[in-house]
Parts: sequence; structure tokens; C-alpha cells
Amino acid sequence: MTDQVAVRMSGIVKRFPGVVANDGVDLEIRAGEVHALLGENGAGKSTLSNILCGLYRADEGVVEVAGRQSEFSSPRDALNAGIGMVHQHFRLVPTFTVAENVVLGESDGSLFMNHDQVAARVQELSDRYALAVDPTARIWQLSVGEQQRVEILKVLYRGAKVLILDEPTAVLTPIEARSLFATLRAMGEEGRSVIFISHKLGEVMAVSDRVTVLRGGRTVGTVDTSETSTRDLASLMVGRSVDFDRVVRATPADTDTTVLRVEDVSVTDDRGRVSLHQISFTIGRGEIVGVAGVAGNGQRELAEVISGIRVPIAGRISVMDEELKLGKARAAISSGIAHVPEDRLHTGLAAGHSVEDNLALKNYRSVQISKFRLLKRRAIREQASTLVERYDVKTPDTVTPVRLLSGGNVQKVLLAREFSALPSVLIAASPTRGLDVGAIETVRERLVAAADEGVGVLLISEDLDEILSLADRILVMYEGRIVDDLPATGADRERIGLTMGGSNTTEAVK
Amino acid sequence: MRSPLRLERRLEQPKRLNWVIPLISLVAALILGAIVLWVTGKNPFEVYQRIFERGFAGRRVFSDSLVSATPLAFTGLCAAVAFRMGLINVGGEGQLYMGSLAATWVGITFDNIPTGLMIVLMAVAGMSCGGLYAGIVGLLRARFGTNEIITSLMMNYLAAILLTYLVYNSFSYWRDPVSGNFPSPRAITQRAEWNTFAIFEIGLPIAFLMAIAMGFIIWFIYKRTRFGFEVGVIADSPKAARYAGIRTSSTIVLVMGLSGAMAGLGGAADVGNFRRYMDPKGLELSGYGYTGIVVAALARLNPIASVFVALLMGGLNNAGYSLRGPDFPSGLVGTLQGLILFSAVAGEILIKYRVKSNSRPSEAVAA
Ligand SMILES: Nc1ncnc2c1ncn2[C@@H]1O[C@H](COP(=O)(O)OP(=O)(O)OP(=O)(O)O)[C@@H](O)[C@H]1O
Ligand SMILES: [Mg+2]
Repeated sequence: MTDQVAVRMSGIVKRFPGVVANDGVDLEIRAGEVHALLGENGAGKSTLSNILCGLYRADEGVVEVAGRQSEFSSPRDALNAGIGMVHQHFRLVPTFTVAENVVLGESDGSLFMNHDQVAARVQELSDRYALAVDPTARIWQLSVGEQQRVEILKVLYRGAKVLILDEPTAVLTPIEARSLFATLRAMGEEGRSVIFISHKLGEVMAVSDRVTVLRGGRTVGTVDTSETSTRDLASLMVGRSVDFDRVVRATPADTDTTVLRVEDVSVTDDRGRVSLHQISFTIGRGEIVGVAGVAGNGQRELAEVISGIRVPIAGRISVMDEELKLGKARAAISSGIAHVPEDRLHTGLAAGHSVEDNLALKNYRSVQISKFRLLKRRAIREQASTLVERYDVKTPDTVTPVRLLSGGNVQKVLLAREFSALPSVLIAASPTRGLDVGAIETVRERLVAAADEGVGVLLISEDLDEILSLADRILVMYEGRIVDDLPATGADRERIGLTMGGSNTTEAVK
Repeated sequence: MRSPLRLERRLEQPKRLNWVIPLISLVAALILGAIVLWVTGKNPFEVYQRIFERGFAGRRVFSDSLVSATPLAFTGLCAAVAFRMGLINVGGEGQLYMGSLAATWVGITFDNIPTGLMIVLMAVAGMSCGGLYAGIVGLLRARFGTNEIITSLMMNYLAAILLTYLVYNSFSYWRDPVSGNFPSPRAITQRAEWNTFAIFEIGLPIAFLMAIAMGFIIWFIYKRTRFGFEVGVIADSPKAARYAGIRTSSTIVLVMGLSGAMAGLGGAADVGNFRRYMDPKGLELSGYGYTGIVVAALARLNPIASVFVALLMGGLNNAGYSLRGPDFPSGLVGTLQGLILFSAVAGEILIKYRVKSNSRPSEAVAA
């Protein structure tokens, strides 16, 4: 890392109707550094990145690239100046190969591509930066982590000197995340700069050279990573200290009363393969059951079958000893199952709809919200105002489309609706993903508070720490089976890690 | 391959574009049309003046435009209702035929009931028949995932064949029994003729008032009812709808039914207010169903706007007819109408994208 400045943004202001997303942000990126961008949900990180990569145009402020003042009017302009962004939602063509996707959209004057040449170049890049991916593979065959590598390759292929990664690890398994960090360091050594956005302070400490913290659209400060700690960063971000110790339960779980009983449930996935094999388990009143496992081992199907979105091929599910009509979301909702799905923007929310409509998405049929099949618009608005306030959703008003909220605030809308539904069972898939440390703390407290009130919680997460600090009991899933079932207190991380990876357990359950 | 211009998706869509762009589209259409006219040796101003005079200016022409607009208002509503949920119902044509069929039957059969009741009966019959006909398309889509564009289009042909058969190739109830070897359709009884009110000497067909009412009703359904809420969510994200326990299949059938009912009412209005009989040839020539799609598109799927866009289209149609003559080929009229459609579609693109120049990298970075 040198002290040479690759990018300098000063006094950046970006206003949206009703909000000032960036309110005079200063950011300086040196050549060859990994620079972390930190801040609460809605602090303006994505907006700032979008300005730098040419998606948005700043209302005020100056962007200098390698000492020259620049103004980008499109991502292509930015890329030509050496700045590329990897978005959280990938923009790849599933039926094309890796190499084809890498050259796609690059208009250098030629209509045809030389496949071998491109594949060789892609291969070379992927070797150099430890981005293991087969150039001839097709996108749909790749895991999420591999797809992200393709996105990075795409940007590198076009010679980007500065890479922006917006919450790249949110979609990665811990192992994939580690390999991403190796890539980022390799890029730094070559003099390329990386802007790394994450809410995970541990990652920021591990991978970055310097950190800039934003709060409320302003720069709070830039610090050297070596001279700070997660605790300091957290208090810089939210303006108070945050701690993640095990949350204490007011009321212990009552495992004698069963709120959810799943018996011999088998399910096929979207491609028709059996992805759950005769799963059985129960959740007691006020019990938090954590589901640990590497993504793609049947967790999503499990959540979907319980909440009635997926029709099982066999099995029974009952809530409070009453058998549930399977594959009927409406039945699941009315019997008190709340569900925070993994895919928020498309499944959990209607992204084009307003905050208030989304908050009414599950209870618009109730008497409070509609009468004689007519919607009570005022009731919808009042409900939204209350929830927006109670769950600290940052939005200009309740009629703003959810699609325009920041990532973390999207999640808060979803959580607000599901938590407030007074459920008897709450299924939460990675509920804290994309949230800032302050919000994570709040969500954890709410989960525990819900359990204290008697809600049975099924907490699906890849974050073992989260499960260990919240759950009463842990189920480990591997290849569509529950391979271990153990109490959380005194649980052996090592053992869980191993069973998650599929190694034989002597006491596999069922 | 480098083109000098390219399209870029807008991330921010300013609200005012919603009315600015349609306005620009209209002006663009007029300018493009003027160029075409000028090239073909006509005086654009004169032609535009004629269009205005024969389409809108004056009580007589305006009354005529209302007549032409009425069926279009209904087929426009038909398209808007379905398109709002992302259901591409192009079967307004056939659904209108079926409405005409049912309403004619009522109009012939009941010959001694008061006109008011008659109007209601004919309207209900037309709506039901058109709605059921479209409902089949919805059912196929909901049950088997059949593409509604194809099925609704096929059912247009089916309806056309059926009507032609009933009037010309059989001795059916709809054929005039005294027409003998020269088959002609059978007229409804005199009592079954719908009222046209005279207001300031402008003939206002009762059916046009119904269209306005329907525009407001549909707007209300979509904005304020649970059903409308569900339709909106399905259109936005089918996955979220499923997750929220919305019954997508039955909603599809209902929306198709409602859509078809609008076209069916258009068919009933066509019989009751104007033609007085089921006229396969005349209907086919008019192509109300297809024009309705254009109407809905121009109205940006707003049901209330659809009715008024239909009025504009009705006027333009009439003006088009009267322009035609030895010095003004019908192809040119078609071209002018095509230009309007083209500009509307281009405007739609401009709301979603913005046009950028494809400047060279060096220029882009320059300070
Ligand atoms: N296109 C847009 N239109 C209107 N408001 C927007 C738009 N994009 C962002 N905002 C608003 O600007 C603010 C900053 O959003 P931004 O996405 O930059 O936050 P963020 O720091 O990335 O947060 P998160 O950690 O939750 O992703 C938010 O209040 C958001 O609602
Ligand atoms: Mg963000």
C-alpha cells in the first residue's frame, strides 16, 4: 500500500425525494488498499458507491480519479476510468458460460468474440486472484459464491483499478468469504484498491487496511484498521456501545407444550429432487430452535413447507396440536405461523409496493384493515406509522416503495410485519443478514422477547455464532436430513462444524 | 458495433414524467405525421385542421365521435383490467362478439318489458357472456399455465366463426327469418333500443355514460378493495403473493372474467345503442378489440383515462374516415394512426430508460 490516492470524493451530496442520502461525504481511497465502508442501515453507503460507479449522479461534490476530476454519467464511463462495482444482485445471464458473461456488454468494436482467447484470459485472471471458477461452466450450474467470482472477474477483465463490493459476504458461506478475502488481498498487492462494504465488523477488521465510517449521510471519520477494534467501530457507527453476549431469557422455554410438530415431512425442490427426507422435530412453547447447516441443505425447503409455500410429498405438520392444511400459505398464516424468508425483496415483500402496503401484506384480510372487502386506507397508514416508528425503519414516508429503501431497512419492514403478527410460531431465515450492529442487537432482543412471550422460534442461519448465542436447541441439517439435535448450552462448536460438513456423527438423530 | 446512442435503465423515475412524456409523445406524433404529409405533398396544417374539424369540432361530429368511442372505451377497459395484472388478454375482440351475441338474444326474445329493464338485462347478458368467454382463458392459464395471449387470440377467431355461422350459414335465432336467400342479421325489438340523451344538442349515448361509470368502478376496485390489493401484489411479485396466501389461480380467473365482462358490455352497447343487431361483418371491420389494446396502452392502463383516450381515438377514427378520398388514400390515414401508436410506445420506453450518447472513453473522463 502506498500513499498515492486512487480516488478522492469530497463534499458529495445526493438527495432523493424526502431524504438526503449523502450529505457532504468525504472519502479517500489509496492505491492498493482495502478500504472498508461502514455505517448504519441507510447511512448512505450504497448511494455513495453508486455515485462512484456512475449509476447515480451526485447533486454536489467532486470525484477525482488518480488526481483528475471526473464525472461519470454511466457505469460504462466509470469502468473506462477504472472503477467497477460488484452489486449484491448479480447481473449474469444464466444460460451463458462464465467466459461469455465476462465479455458480455463490453463493446470494443468487435461483434464476435474469440472464445479461446477470452477463456484463456479469464483463466489467467482467475489463477492470479485465486478466483476459482471454470471459464467454460454455465452460470446456472454455479453456486452463489462462484457467481460472485464471475462478477469480480467481469470487472477485473475490463481492467478496473478500483473495485467496489457492496455487502459481498452477505451471500457467502464462511469458507467462501475467507477465499474472497484472499482475493481482495491479492488485488491490493497488485496496487488495485478495493472498497468493501460490510456490516460484519470481524470481517472488516480481518481484511481492511483503513475504515471510513458514515452516519446519517456524513463521514464520521477514517481510521487505520490496525489502530481500532470492533468495539470502537461499533460505537463510531451507532454512537453507543453494542455487545453481543448471549441474551438472557426472562422465561425459560416450556418444552412440555409443543407449538410446532413436524412429522416425517419429505419435500422436493424446484428441480424435482427430494430435498427433505422424512424430517421430524418439535418446537416447544417459548423455545428457540436453531437450524445450523451450510446453505442449500434443505433449510429453505423446510421453511417453505412449514409456511405453506411448498407442498410436501409426505408428512404432517401441526401447530398447537392442530393439524395444518399443507401447502396452503393462507392456512399457515391464520394458524399463527410467521415467516421471515431468505429472499426478502421477491418473496417476503412486494418490492414495487409501498411500505404501508407491505406492512399490511399479511393482515389485509383482518377486520382491522378491511371491512366488507374494502380496504381501510387510514387503518393501513396508521398501522404503518406505528410499525415504522417501533421498528426504527428509515423511510421518508409510508408510501415510498420498499424497493427504494436501503438494504437494511427493507429487512426491517419485513421483520416489523412478521414480529407484530403475534404468531405462535416464527420461522426466521437469516433474520439479521444485512443489518447494522445496532439493528442486529435489536432483532436479537426481539427474537428473545418473542420467545419469552411463548412464541416457538425456528431460527435458520449459517452464522453459527448467532445460533449459539440465541438458540435453546440446535438442529444440524445436512443433505436434507437432521443429522444432529443437541442443546445449545455447552454445545461443541467443533462437533457442529463437522456434522454441518457431513462427516459421520455417531449419534445422528434418526 | 457501436451505435451513437444507447438506452440506459433509469434508476430514478421522476413522477412528472408520467404526464410529460405522453404529452411529448403526442407532439412527436404530430410532427412525424406532418413530415409524412409534407413528403406526400399535403399541407400538414390543413390536414390537421380537417382532422380536428371532422373529429371533434362541432356538435354533430362530437356526437359521432362519442358513438365511435363507446365500444373502444369498453375494449380499452377490458385490456386495462387484465394488463394491470400482467395478463395479456388480447381477446377483447372475441369477448365483445360474445357480448353482442347474448345481448341480441335478450333484445330479440323479450319484447314487452320496459326499456330500462331491457337495458339492464342486455348489459348483464353481455357482461356475463363476455366474462365467461374470457374466464375460459383464465381457467386454462390458472390450471395448466397455458399462455393467455395464444388462447385469447384463438378464441377471437372462434367467436368470429361462430357469429358468421349463426347469421350467414344457418337458420339460427340470430338470422332474420324473412331475409330468405340474402342472409341478414335479425334486429332487436324496438323497445330494446338504448337511449341517447341530448345534452346541449350533443347526443350522449347511455352506453358511454356506462363506460365512464365502469372506468370509475374499476379504478375503485383496484385502488380500494381487497381484491384490487391482491391483483396488485400478484402483478408486482407472484412469489410474494403466494407467500402472503393470496389465491393466485382464482384471482387470474376473476380478473379475466372482469376483463371479458367489459368487452362483453361493449358488445351489448354496440347492439343496443347503435347497430340493433348482431353484425359479424361490421364488428370484424371495426376491430374494436384490437384498438382497445392501443387505447389502454395510451392511457397507461388507467381505467378512467382509458375512457377519455377512447374518445380521442373515436374522433381520430371518424376524422380518418372522412379524410379518405381520391386525394387521400386510406394507407395514409393508417400511417398517421400508426405514428401515434409508435410515439406512445416510444414514450413508454422513455419513461423507463434514458437515451445517452455513446461517447468515447477519453471524452467521458475529461475534466
Ligand atoms: N433510488 C432511491 N430513491 C429514493 N431514496 C433512496 C434511493 N436510494 C436510496 N435511498 C435512500 O437513501 C438513504 C441511504 O440509502 P443507502 O442505500 O445508501 O443506505 P446504506 O448505507 O447502503 O444502507 P444499508 O446498510 O441498509 O444497505 C436511505 O434512506 C434510502 O431510503
Ligand atoms: Mg446498502
